[in-house]
Amino acid sequence: MSLVQSVDNVALLPAYLAAGTAVLVLLADLLVARAAATVAVAAAGSVATALGSAVVGAGGERATFCVGPDCSYVFGGRAALVGALFALLTLGVLALSGPSLRAGRSPVGEYCFLLACAMTGGVVLGAAGDLITLIVALETLTLPLYVLVGLRRGSVASAEAAVTFFVVSVVATTLTLLGAALLYAVTGGLHLDRVGALFAERPELLDVPLTTAAVALVLLGLAFKVAAVPFHAWAPATYDGAPLPVAAYLSTASKLGGVVALLAVVQHALPARVTGPVLAGLAVLTMTVGNLVALRQHRTVRLLAWSSVAQAGYVLAPLGALALAAGRSDDARAAAYAAAVAYVVFFVIVELAAFAALVALRPAGADGGTVDDLRGAARRRPWVGAAFALALIGLAGLPPGLAGLFAKVTVVRALLDGGAGWLALVVAVNAVIGLAYYLRLATRLYAAPAPALPADAAPTPPLSADAAPAPTLPTGAAPAPTPTPALPADAAPAPARPTEAVPAPVHPGVAVVATLAVATLVAVVVGFAPQLVLDLAAR
Amino acid sequence: MTLGQVLLVAALAVPAVGAAVVAAVPRDRAARLVGTAAAGLTLLATAALATGDRGWTAYGPAPALRPWHRLDVSWVPGLDLRFHLGVDGISYPLVVLTALLTLLCCAYTVWKVPDGGGSGRALVALLLVVEVGILGTFLALDLVLFFLFFEVVLLPMYAVIAGWGGPDRRRAARKFALYTLLGSVLLLVGVYVVVAAAGTADLVALTGGAGLSRGTQLAAFALLGLAFAVKSPLWPLHSWLPDAHTQAPTVGSVVLAGVLLKMGTYGLIRVAVGVAPEGARWAAPALGVLAVAAILVGSLVCLAQGELKRLIAYSSVGHMGFVLLGVATLTATGIQAALIGNIAHGVITGLLFFLAGAIKDRAHTGELAELSGLRETAPRLAGLLGFAAVASLGLPGLAGFWGEAFAVVAAVERGGPLWTTLGVLAAVGGALTAAYLLRLLRRVTHGPPSPVVGRLAPGLAAAELTAWAPLVLLALAVGLAPTLVLGVAADPVAALLEAVLP
Repeated sequence: MSLVQSVDNVALLPAYLAAGTAVLVLLADLLVARAAATVAVAAAGSVATALGSAVVGAGGERATFCVGPDCSYVFGGRAALVGALFALLTLGVLALSGPSLRAGRSPVGEYCFLLACAMTGGVVLGAAGDLITLIVALETLTLPLYVLVGLRRGSVASAEAAVTFFVVSVVATTLTLLGAALLYAVTGGLHLDRVGALFAERPELLDVPLTTAAVALVLLGLAFKVAAVPFHAWAPATYDGAPLPVAAYLSTASKLGGVVALLAVVQHALPARVTGPVLAGLAVLTMTVGNLVALRQHRTVRLLAWSSVAQAGYVLAPLGALALAAGRSDDARAAAYAAAVAYVVFFVIVELAAFAALVALRPAGADGGTVDDLRGAARRRPWVGAAFALALIGLAGLPPGLAGLFAKVTVVRALLDGGAGWLALVVAVNAVIGLAYYLRLATRLYAAPAPALPADAAPTPPLSADAAPAPTLPTGAAPAPTPTPALPADAAPAPARPTEAVPAPVHPGVAVVATLAVATLVAVVVGFAPQLVLDLAAR
Repeated sequence: MTLGQVLLVAALAVPAVGAAVVAAVPRDRAARLVGTAAAGLTLLATAALATGDRGWTAYGPAPALRPWHRLDVSWVPGLDLRFHLGVDGISYPLVVLTALLTLLCCAYTVWKVPDGGGSGRALVALLLVVEVGILGTFLALDLVLFFLFFEVVLLPMYAVIAGWGGPDRRRAARKFALYTLLGSVLLLVGVYVVVAAAGTADLVALTGGAGLSRGTQLAAFALLGLAFAVKSPLWPLHSWLPDAHTQAPTVGSVVLAGVLLKMGTYGLIRVAVGVAPEGARWAAPALGVLAVAAILVGSLVCLAQGELKRLIAYSSVGHMGFVLLGVATLTATGIQAALIGNIAHGVITGLLFFLAGAIKDRAHTGELAELSGLRETAPRLAGLLGFAAVASLGLPGLAGFWGEAFAVVAAVERGGPLWTTLGVLAAVGGALTAAYLLRLLRRVTHGPPSPVVGRLAPGLAAAELTAWAPLVLLALAVGLAPTLVLGVAADPVAALLEAVLP
């Protein structure tokens, strides 16, 4: 065996482009020092990464960093899809950040650099072929987000959200790493395919208690990342405290990352007999709890956060078919993985549209506010309101939100093909619960503006709500060092008040509206031609 | 493309494009007129579907479902979804009824936009979208496509109730949406239970059981039956209906009662019975018992009901009970009774809701206690109400008679203690129906005029007469010549039963 590896640089091109974007952004911020230039570099880099992923992915599967038959980096159809999606989501979130960056709430250079770093993690994640690459890529994706969540200047909620997110996420990563180490101890391999092949060859390994522990730890660690119940408590607090565009990134790109990582280990490495029941249970819990709690949310972002917890349940559901013998035939397995990918693709498109609409409806740099703040928004801004309503209906999975409808149909079909009719029924009933709160939000958009609400009453809810996440923090992360966020607490209300008290005229940037239009358009197109997504997902 | 295929596409495309145009036209009244024109064109297109060759000329054994026209285009192969449309004698009358009622509702909206804040333009656009969904449901020959159109109706109808309804509209609309979504998600699961087992979603191939195992058929029928029972609605899943009907604006109630409920009964005949006949035979007694329970409960509630629209809404529960009883017997008589009962209920209850809306608009109350002596101040309105009520109670010679009488006949013909008892109880329910409708007439039209009724103007607007006249004529025509419906339905029903009952 030669000690010098031949590196396939073409396969690595998307990762180079993503990493290069991060470096260029840093340089541009340092040398040009103009916000517009920095943002432009980041945007151009994301476009290049998306194109690079598509071009490299079109040329068939390429692998590199191989030891014998096992490769650590496999850039195939799925990796190309994931890479392109990450790049486009980064571009979208960058566009959504326009108003808050212009409002001076966050430093532009750092913001763009961190986003590009996260994108790099996402691109590598899709191609990861061994557990270590996978975990490192996932951390590269998540690490910048800790900072991004806390980047809103002078906001206690933001800092608290960052700490919650950080603590929970680090614990989750530790769990996954421990699981990976135990897997190594059992099988002697770290490459996903090799571990999978070993389990297939030597089924007696499954009876070793250590295997069960290892599989459980890996799965649970990754379940934290997708915010699956019971490892979801960080998500609502974090989403609500983060700046809106970062919340959008968390609920689309970050969630996509968790799903991709989970799929990679479940599909290639871990035995379906063990993971199936765990994932089925997680799926049922996740969608049911997510939907039920979302029913009672009054803050928009919290509502969307809980709804995205529930949506993660639908993504996990097809994998639950693996719990049954009928679901473990090769066809049914392939259908289940493809359904999960297809669902997550449909979901991120519609979710991005929802967040884009929310950013467009809220004052520049503001947080998500309460559901009542959106009262009558669609009457003032018919197009943006209609796009928001369409996205919400898509999340509920009903026509005219055809993209969401086909997403649900794909999941139900995969479940029934795998013989898991009971899980399909759970999904179906959850869709009904989901409609209740999506409708509540959508009708609020079209409700007549409250007649007796005086103008000065409006700022009160955001202020009191800023403090609201505080009590949830100890439950979300018990060992959270509360003194740290308490320090800026005294200073926080002062800068917050002037901006909140003046009902700033809503002028979303062109970029925000363009993102909303593009995301809505894409959602409509894939709604009428879902075969596009299904084909991409099955690759 | 043949003329038939063009007409099939036109039946869906004209209202869809019409809705988009209506939404784009800035002036409210012009937009409403455009919408009415689109609805009129749709009616022409659907009526013309009767033309063409109805014989079955292909070689080999004739399938149980022989559409007059069909259009079959691949849409989403990954989900077994094909854009497969067709029309036959079972769906044709419902298709025309849908187009007619939508046209009348649009025309009515040109004249009067219900209070409640929303613009008339948006209401007409939503009515057209609802029409697309209902027509698509009746025309779909692909199970997944059927489900898709079934879902299309939900949110526009929700918006119609929530945007233009009565004082308690939000709750009623939410209840409607959640209940019917529960029905349609069960439909989704049922559809894919069938598709996963049979490997196809083509209704033409699936009708008659298509070699599905008994277990699959029972599961499929249970799911599909529940889904359609919510929509129809079957007691005890009916509780969304009275609220939705009472709170909906007049045109919403007309579409809701006139054709939306028929999606449930049509689906039961075409999809549930057609695809899972063994399941249908297994569930028939339970379906029959629930249907008769619906008849009796509906009638008894109506006897004690004090609000005009709510009374008519509950009467729908009873009438749809007769329809479901007819389906449950699984005999040619029963299914024919169900089909004609569907049409009759659509025409008569549509008319009743129009009249109830007119009375409520004029008197600003629907409480029977505050209404009396209508014939003294508004004789024409009272006369029409009398006509509609008498038609609804099933007087021979009017449309309502055939469906109810022959549902009872079918149940008795089916024989056996259970079905005979059900037939007798349904007949008792028919008598109760007469009782509550006569009570309604006595309370509303007779007696001295109440203060609110005393202030009414006697005249009727031309738009009202235009909207009501076709329904009055149809109620008479179908009553005098039931072959209008039964003639086209006889062959498809015979073919269906041949496949369903070996």
